[in-house]
Amino acid sequence: MPSPESLASSSPAIQTRGLRKQFGGKVAVKSLTLDISRGEVFGFLGPNGAGKSTSVKMLLGLVTPTGGKASVLGFPAGSIEARKKTGFLPEHFRFYDWLTSAELLRLHGRLYGMRDVQLRKRVPDLLEMVGLAAHRDNRLRDFSKGMMQRVGLAQALLNEPDLIILDEPTSGLDPGGRRLVRDIIRTQRDRGATVFLNSHLLSEVEITCDRVAFIKHGEVLEIRRLAGSVENETAVCVQARKFGPEILAGLGHWASGIQSGDQQITFTVASMEALPIILRYLVSHGVDVYEVTPQRLSLEELFLQIVGEDGGL
Amino acid sequence: MGVWIMAGVTFREAVRKKVLWTALAVGFLFLALFGTGLHYQVKDLARANPVIRRQVPNGILMVGLYAVDLLAMVITVLASADTLSGEIASGTIQAVATKPVMRWEVLLGKWLGFVGMMTVYIVVMVGGLTSVAYLLSGATALHLVRGAFLIWLESVVLLDVSLLCGATFSTLTNGVLVLGLYALAFLGGWIEQVGAVTHSPRAVEVGIIASIIMPSESLWRRAAFEMQAPLVGALNISPFSNASVPSLAMIAYSTIYLTVALVLALRSFSARDL
Repeated sequence: MPSPESLASSSPAIQTRGLRKQFGGKVAVKSLTLDISRGEVFGFLGPNGAGKSTSVKMLLGLVTPTGGKASVLGFPAGSIEARKKTGFLPEHFRFYDWLTSAELLRLHGRLYGMRDVQLRKRVPDLLEMVGLAAHRDNRLRDFSKGMMQRVGLAQALLNEPDLIILDEPTSGLDPGGRRLVRDIIRTQRDRGATVFLNSHLLSEVEITCDRVAFIKHGEVLEIRRLAGSVENETAVCVQARKFGPEILAGLGHWASGIQSGDQQITFTVASMEALPIILRYLVSHGVDVYEVTPQRLSLEELFLQIVGEDGGL
Repeated sequence: MGVWIMAGVTFREAVRKKVLWTALAVGFLFLALFGTGLHYQVKDLARANPVIRRQVPNGILMVGLYAVDLLAMVITVLASADTLSGEIASGTIQAVATKPVMRWEVLLGKWLGFVGMMTVYIVVMVGGLTSVAYLLSGATALHLVRGAFLIWLESVVLLDVSLLCGATFSTLTNGVLVLGLYALAFLGGWIEQVGAVTHSPRAVEVGIIASIIMPSESLWRRAAFEMQAPLVGALNISPFSNASVPSLAMIAYSTIYLTVALVLALRSFSARDL
């Protein structure tokens, strides 16, 4: 029989089934069903009031769900076991302003059950990583909003978490700070950690995330792999000459929605893997190809298409 | 473990945010005033009869202890009213509540931190006041430790109610509510005393009901009864009157009251959405 540890490490990073939260008569999260694998960088997108923050709070045990189930790292969401391996950066990180940044990290490290010996090395390393090494003995009351976000990010990484939940991590950060967050997300993914990114800065999400969920009114509308991935259905536009109806018919093996104009063919492929095959087919049948352009939607266009222009209000 | 970490940070907060130092600084100012007043009083009583010479400083000592009690209670409420509601409103609590510690550990730790702070305050102030009184006039409190313990218990009662209300209400509402209950108990105590002197059992009952709702005043009156010289207690209508002394059953009730309030605060904080 597998030990609980091995079960936990093979379990999904986050799994929810019909997770629901109602505040009085108001439904904040209707029915959230998500499966996030280990090692993924997952974006959680939705308009204001879509239930993103409440969902995050349910995953962390800050808010008790009204219905449904949620597990984090194989343990019930909010349990001590799940929290031991989770790091969290709240949207507006705030803490006792009379502490210095090093004291804050030591305090949070001790709450994670870390020993002083570990913290003596870990705290300076983290302050260095977030660019606050020179401010280690400065009180938080003298910190700018961006510096608070940085120290908040550091406390979320203290325990080398398996899951890092970042709630709007780049709000209040300057471009340098945003790049830092991106770099840290990459480093954490390379380490094998899962990153759950709640953000409305679509450009950030587009750069960092493997998959995104679009939510509105507390429900997942759609989950997509992001543009960089070859698995997405993509529309393609080809500028070409010397093609006839039999060539177009042959394209049907790999593509759908085939249309042609004077010197142009458009079609949709289920995966970008089909594109080189299609090109070889066209060229070997004597078609002159001048230009091949995959018509990718930007995340913003995708967002508006899925969520709607009204933003769910 | 989480309990001790939170207790430490709560106590350090009181020290670093200068709450404890300010309270003690004001306290020393108060002791200086008390000492000066007592000094002149003793001088002017030099030729009075020996009974008066002994009893008046004892009476002044009781007034001083009463003021210390009042200060301690106000500081208890002011220091603790914001700790839950304020941190919930600002989101500060989220960084702690998502760490692998139970919610009850967080709150119990805060409770211990405040209890530690108030213990230091009460020991320093009661100790300072009785020392000044003894050195200047030879006046002593009868059962000082028992009295100080009851003042401490009164502070814990208010702390627990403040934490319980702070888990539900905003800081301001909490402060108004706890100080309001304290005032209700205070008024109830006086009604009870006057009722006892004027032989009005129904007035005494009103006072007892007030003590059941909030036992703070009855703890003070029991503390006064324990500490005062018999003659001061015989001054019928005063904050130290023993016209109607709270019984030991009332002390037992207060202990149950503060335990239940703490347990309810722990449960309420553990169950609420943050």
